[in-house]
Amino acid sequence: MSGQIARLAQGGRIDRTRPLRFIWEGRGYQGYAGDTLASALMANGVTLVGRSFKYHRPRGIIGAGVEESNALVQLGDGARSTPNMRATEVLLYDGLVARPVNCFPNSRFDIGSINNLVARFLPAGFYYKTFMWPDWHLYEGFIRRAAGLGKVARQADPDRYESRFAHCDVLVVGSGPAGLAAANAAAASGARVILADQDDGIGGALRYEDISVDGQAGADWAARIGGAIAAQPEAKILLRTAVVGYHDHNSLTMVQQLANEAECAADPTRARYRTWQVRAGRVVLATGAIERPLVFPGNDRPGVMLATAARHYARRFAVLPGRRAVVFTNNDDAYRTALALAACGVVVAAMVDVRDTVSADLAAVLDARGIRLITGATVIDTRGRKRINRALVRSARGEEWIACDHLAMSGGFNPTVHLFSQSGGVTRYDEAIAAFVPGVSVQDERSVGAAAGAYATKDALEAGEGAGREAAALVGYDVLPSTAPWTTDERPEASLLPCWQVEGRRSKAFVDFQNDVSVGDITLSARENFRSVEHLKRYTTLGMAADQGKTSNVNALAIMGALTGRSVEETGHTRYRFPFTPIPLGSMGGRNRGELFRPRRRMPAHDRHVAANAVFEDYGGWMRPAYYLNFGETPHQAEQREALAVRTAAGLFEGSPLGKIEVKGPDAGRFLDLIYANTMSTLRPGKVRYGLMLSEQGVVIDDGVATRLGDDHFLIGTSSGGAETIVAWMEEWLQCEWLDLDVLVAPVTAAWGVLTITGPKARTILDAVGTTVPLDDFPHMSFAEGTVAGVPARVFRVSYTGETSYEINVPARSSAFLWDVLMAAGQSQGLIPVGIDAWMVLRTEKGFLHIGADTDGTTTALDVGWGHVLKKKNEFVGKRSLLRSADQRADRLQFVGFAVAAGESPLPIGGHVVATASDGTALSEGYVTSTAFSPFLKSAVALGMVRGGLARKGETVRIGAGRAARTATIVDPTFYDPDGERLR
Amino acid sequence: MLLIHCPWCGPREELEFRCGGESHISRPSPSATVSDTDWGNYLFTRKNPKGVHYERWVHAFGCRRWFNVARHTATHRIEAIYAMHEAAPSAFDGADAL
Repeated sequence: MSGQIARLAQGGRIDRTRPLRFIWEGRGYQGYAGDTLASALMANGVTLVGRSFKYHRPRGIIGAGVEESNALVQLGDGARSTPNMRATEVLLYDGLVARPVNCFPNSRFDIGSINNLVARFLPAGFYYKTFMWPDWHLYEGFIRRAAGLGKVARQADPDRYESRFAHCDVLVVGSGPAGLAAANAAAASGARVILADQDDGIGGALRYEDISVDGQAGADWAARIGGAIAAQPEAKILLRTAVVGYHDHNSLTMVQQLANEAECAADPTRARYRTWQVRAGRVVLATGAIERPLVFPGNDRPGVMLATAARHYARRFAVLPGRRAVVFTNNDDAYRTALALAACGVVVAAMVDVRDTVSADLAAVLDARGIRLITGATVIDTRGRKRINRALVRSARGEEWIACDHLAMSGGFNPTVHLFSQSGGVTRYDEAIAAFVPGVSVQDERSVGAAAGAYATKDALEAGEGAGREAAALVGYDVLPSTAPWTTDERPEASLLPCWQVEGRRSKAFVDFQNDVSVGDITLSARENFRSVEHLKRYTTLGMAADQGKTSNVNALAIMGALTGRSVEETGHTRYRFPFTPIPLGSMGGRNRGELFRPRRRMPAHDRHVAANAVFEDYGGWMRPAYYLNFGETPHQAEQREALAVRTAAGLFEGSPLGKIEVKGPDAGRFLDLIYANTMSTLRPGKVRYGLMLSEQGVVIDDGVATRLGDDHFLIGTSSGGAETIVAWMEEWLQCEWLDLDVLVAPVTAAWGVLTITGPKARTILDAVGTTVPLDDFPHMSFAEGTVAGVPARVFRVSYTGETSYEINVPARSSAFLWDVLMAAGQSQGLIPVGIDAWMVLRTEKGFLHIGADTDGTTTALDVGWGHVLKKKNEFVGKRSLLRSADQRADRLQFVGFAVAAGESPLPIGGHVVATASDGTALSEGYVTSTAFSPFLKSAVALGMVRGGLARKGETVRIGAGRAARTATIVDPTFYDPDGERLR
Repeated sequence: MLLIHCPWCGPREELEFRCGGESHISRPSPSATVSDTDWGNYLFTRKNPKGVHYERWVHAFGCRRWFNVARHTATHRIEAIYAMHEAAPSAFDGADAL
């Protein structure tokens, strides 16, 4: 208690029986349960809480909630350390550790404050104008390191985050008088209501204002109504829940804080934040208003604070913002602050009002308290190094220094229209309150209370109740008759006098405290013709800090308007964006991180690969064996051993992810002729044909084999990557273009496990396990249905390796069994499991295309040597594009092979074919797309794309490979068994 | 996030759908009779209006059916949902509010 020099002996909504210890900048302090970090710091007499972003000026707490722009803190230690938390929103807990951001070595003595001495050489745009020669990037690293607020923890985030969806009839944002009345009225009708508030208790301004509602103290009334809402079975109140996004069709994002870092550290099962996606029938925006600072020279010294914040601390936390105060205002509201401070024993040295006259009523109240009222006056400068110690007041009677250690300021209020603006609504400027208020709505929402510019509590209550009843009725509930009109003891307020900027002495007048943007910067921006608010924002960085200009935007655009001869309304404001207040990155990810980021897909025989010592990699979400490692082997040795086994004995490969689509119906053949570049309708049942699918641009999008199972029944094989996209592609054509075709398509990829046995011994092994497929009469590119080792199977004689291959499709659950049977039967024949790496070596030797590796989004059927498809009479997708002259140019990138001399290492993938242009500069004529070392041919092989490559076979070219240049000969892509004799 | 009323499944989150772009584009055919200009327009030229846009969507993570949507591009209000074979409706009340 001893250290809490600014704490009143009594009062406030804090629990003095529960003292809490905390550490700020390495020193121990004490506060109470119910404090925020900001109120506890102030109670301990800490007014200097950080340094400003650019000039490193000393800064103190300016607000009491979400609007705080100065008191950014680094909260917690180690992996749980969070930068840029607003001290005004951090609830105090025992053991809290925090420190200021942007100062070194500490906030009282900060080396960076040298910037403040040279401030006049650092105007807006300084860095961009100064560091242009020879190249901004030369300086960028240094400047970036000096910039920024706070430090991100280097360790992985240990906290848990949750997310959930919710639906409700009425979502009420904000639990001040308007929000409570709205939620109460809607909930009473039985509607499903969510009432969300970013604060840790309901009541909004009633938590600190001296207002009674219906004869009850405001906070007591709020508690009573909150209880009535909570008692409704379909209503829910969510505290510490900030509604940060208002998206389309009444979808809103909320972020709820569930536990602090200490609670999460103590219990790792607790989640720190929960993100809600809410779909609401109607939305009531009761988001209140944020006070505007006054823009006068020296308005950023510690001890200068928003007037509502000053009384917020005094009344809710029993903390005095100073001992001797000056209140500077252009409206009636700040008089409440003067009276609240005076009631707590603060000497209010002067009430400085820019207006020439104030109501006799107010003047009398001040007089009764002995507070000096100076009308028609402004504060034009302040003094004080680490805290304000005097203010210079100018009035008709001259200038006068008034000693003070606190200055409360109020420039009026800005309705919090952020969510309304996000919803697509258009604001309008209300001259009476000199602020933007909601104008035209485009979604099913209504703004009420201070958020709509109705500041009087009675108005807020009535509008809130009306909106709650209206919302419930619009979603179909019977609403109860209205209760008696609300009564409050507020006195009516006179209108404010807009005051956007006070001319004065030398000191800088700050508009955006967090990004250190002063009136001077806005003037410079106007002078350099960055006059649109969007340009102003980007040139000066105004409103671009973590607070997104909550206190600064309207002041800034009004000043810009005055400089450019436009009204505030004409000047307009920038669009408010998601999120309303900063949210932790982790909360957006929720549980989708680590193992849960994307579900891993395991193949049906996964356990067999694990047992065979497979090394898995992720291929399009599937965990597939890259290779199977024997003891003492390198990955390359494993790949070479597996590839050689396929050429000399046999290999077993699981290809279950290969896409399988059944196409059935009287028009199935006609449909496939349209979808494939080549003809499929002429295929006989039991036969298989390779085909290419093109996009409408003629680009190859997938390849694979089609099998005719029956007259009106085909099975389409796609690449593993195309399994989902190709079935969607077919559906789109059938449903959107060829509605007359009688065809059904069904994806069956996951239903079948695929085991491919390949190599010269493949047939012997298959024979050994027993099959009903007539192997003697089963040539390459045929299909048979039967059993293998007693398991019902679809067997295809197709090959991606260049060896005799049997692609055996069995029900997925039988895959492991079949794997075991084949491995056992093949042991004596040298059968080994083969992974993807060896598979790629084999197909590269054979010159088989790998779509997406050898081809890209510009590779057409003609580029891969499929010119013959244009002889086909009927139409197919992409055909017309292949007829364009650009598609038929001879110098397009075309698919070829690259041979290198024996004994050389493989060419690098991505190595360019380097030629020399007529002016002597180097020119790329293509590149290498696939390479391998062939253990069978004992030489390196490569595939790639070369300009006019189809006509350049035999030419020797230079391949740029980093610093080393290589030579290669352009050849036919088929290195191994060009005549296909191995497949017969 | 839009709330889209799938004609088969009812109102569902936008997450379940995929937008296929502008609808009612007729595909010129046969290839031999189509000029480069017409083919280029078919491939690349789109209306991109500020106002009601007729587009097609598929309930990709649901029933996999395609359907047409008339959506206001400034307000995202969905004015109509209709079958692929139906003609585009016109004249929506309040569609020009912004």
